[in-house]
Amino acid sequence: MPDQTGLELLAQSVGDAVPGSVLGTVHFRGQATLLTTAEPIREVLQVLKGQGYRDLMGVMGVDYYPEEPRFGVLYELLDRTALDRVRVKVRVPLDAAVVPSVTPDWPTANHQEREVYDMFGVVFPGHPDPRRILMPEDYEGFPQRRDFPIGGEPVLFTKDDERGDYTRQGEFA
Amino acid sequence: MSTVDKHFGSVGAKSAYRQMEESIDLSSMEQHLPGDGATHELLTLNMGPHHPATHGVLRLLVTLDGEIVRDIKPIIGYVHTGIEKTAEQKAYWKAIPVVERMDYLAYFFNAYTFCGAVETLTETEVPKRAQYLRVIHMELNRIMSHLVWLGTSALDLGAMSMFWYCFREREAILDLFEYSTGQRMHTRYFQVGGVMEDIPAGWAAKAKDFAQKMPGRVDQYGALLNKNEILLQRLRGVCPLGEDVLLELGVTGPLLRASGNPWDLRKAMPYCSYEDFDFKIPVGTSGDNYDRFAVRMQEMKESSAIILQALEGLPEGPHITDDRKIALPPRHELATSMEALIHHFKLVTEGFRVPEGEAYFPIEGPRGELGCFVRSDGSSKPARVHMRDPSFVNLQATAAMCQDAYIADLIATLAMMDPVLGGIDR
Repeated sequence: MPDQTGLELLAQSVGDAVPGSVLGTVHFRGQATLLTTAEPIREVLQVLKGQGYRDLMGVMGVDYYPEEPRFGVLYELLDRTALDRVRVKVRVPLDAAVVPSVTPDWPTANHQEREVYDMFGVVFPGHPDPRRILMPEDYEGFPQRRDFPIGGEPVLFTKDDERGDYTRQGEFA
Repeated sequence: MSTVDKHFGSVGAKSAYRQMEESIDLSSMEQHLPGDGATHELLTLNMGPHHPATHGVLRLLVTLDGEIVRDIKPIIGYVHTGIEKTAEQKAYWKAIPVVERMDYLAYFFNAYTFCGAVETLTETEVPKRAQYLRVIHMELNRIMSHLVWLGTSALDLGAMSMFWYCFREREAILDLFEYSTGQRMHTRYFQVGGVMEDIPAGWAAKAKDFAQKMPGRVDQYGALLNKNEILLQRLRGVCPLGEDVLLELGVTGPLLRASGNPWDLRKAMPYCSYEDFDFKIPVGTSGDNYDRFAVRMQEMKESSAIILQALEGLPEGPHITDDRKIALPPRHELATSMEALIHHFKLVTEGFRVPEGEAYFPIEGPRGELGCFVRSDGSSKPARVHMRDPSFVNLQATAAMCQDAYIADLIATLAMMDPVLGGIDR
């Protein structure tokens, strides 16, 4: 992890290359996080790639409910030469949960961005295959959101079915 | 004339049914091949989710050109159980058994990466003895995971007896786990701040005995497989993938090392006292299926060496942190100390609170970089738990590996990839 100074320098160089992109830095427990805006995320990651962070080890979604902007998409970058990691975080609100896809630059993000969409409903324009990945394709709702209730899955029991006891109907038909 | 002949009538005259059948014209249903002069067409074949060679409930949509694979689309999610969501509803120490069940062949790794992330957030110092005990159990787990891989993969390639030999050794490891932790699988042995209990008397000797025997056993497996012409033909030079493509796809672990890249987090960014041990990182040269096989075989030997060193140098001391805000007080204190009783009550009912913040804790699992991201909102339950599971990311390389290979090689490659669907779907 870059130290506090290293992170500030990194934020400086990213801000110089992509003006207006850096919103802040967080250095917590020895881990460095760079907060940026969502639109230029591809350019920001390209700048960091040029700085040696060549590997994208993870893309994850976080729901900061009830904070605003609500959703966070986190990119975990790794520099295999300097043995260094840095995290890039973008925050998007519920009504504009859109983050440009980085899959064209980093093929490894393909499945992971699909998972973030599947679980949080964050849309990634530019993704080659923007479908759900873990939940069924006809599933409604985004289960990993904080306001999605646990046990909120409707289960159809025969006793609740309007048609009544259809197993027995079939038996005597 | 018998009754049978009478029934069918004389030869030549067709029954009403036959006439009706022949009157149906099927020419409208014939499909014409796209493009001019096309002689054959692509066939899309569904494989799985219930197929013994997919090592779990993995479904593949395979586009075939004759016997040659042109494209693969993996379809996953059949064993998605929402473990990340469930973990958000549990106190930190109660989330450990839940996350253990993700990658069911690497439960010590899952528990360690979660505990490591929480320890990073709470800044908990883990005693040296606990770190060594963790290393011993994780390396036994790595051998166990590789044994399941070897046994089932060899079965896919037709080497049936390998399965029994591998499961014999796996059984010995599970017995060791049962002896030290009380459970064979999903042991809940790792706690935030250390391990649940010290190892019982006599365990170290048994583990040492096993670790000394294991390299010899790996040699025996090698003697069975390495000269087997059928196996070699199905592995050597089959479905290689270069380092550059693997890195782009985020592939880690034995798959990456098979292509010659010696990236191993235990060496590169040591955690949990791995810097104390002397071990080698096996790498391949061409990145084909044989290298993937050979790297894992060698890793079992290296893991045995780590276990022996850790048992040899096992330091004395506590097995869990003495921070009473995080770890339960020892049983005997409860009878004499009011404070211990209060701590015990608070920990069991509410659990401990973790300072607000985020941490990502990556380790080298049996299949690659296993990382746990934990976000705390200051309460006693995690606000987000995310596992970066290596199988999930590595699966993206299937299409790149198997492109233009035979469908039989797809099975071999899938076996050598060693995906665990419990980890992929979580």
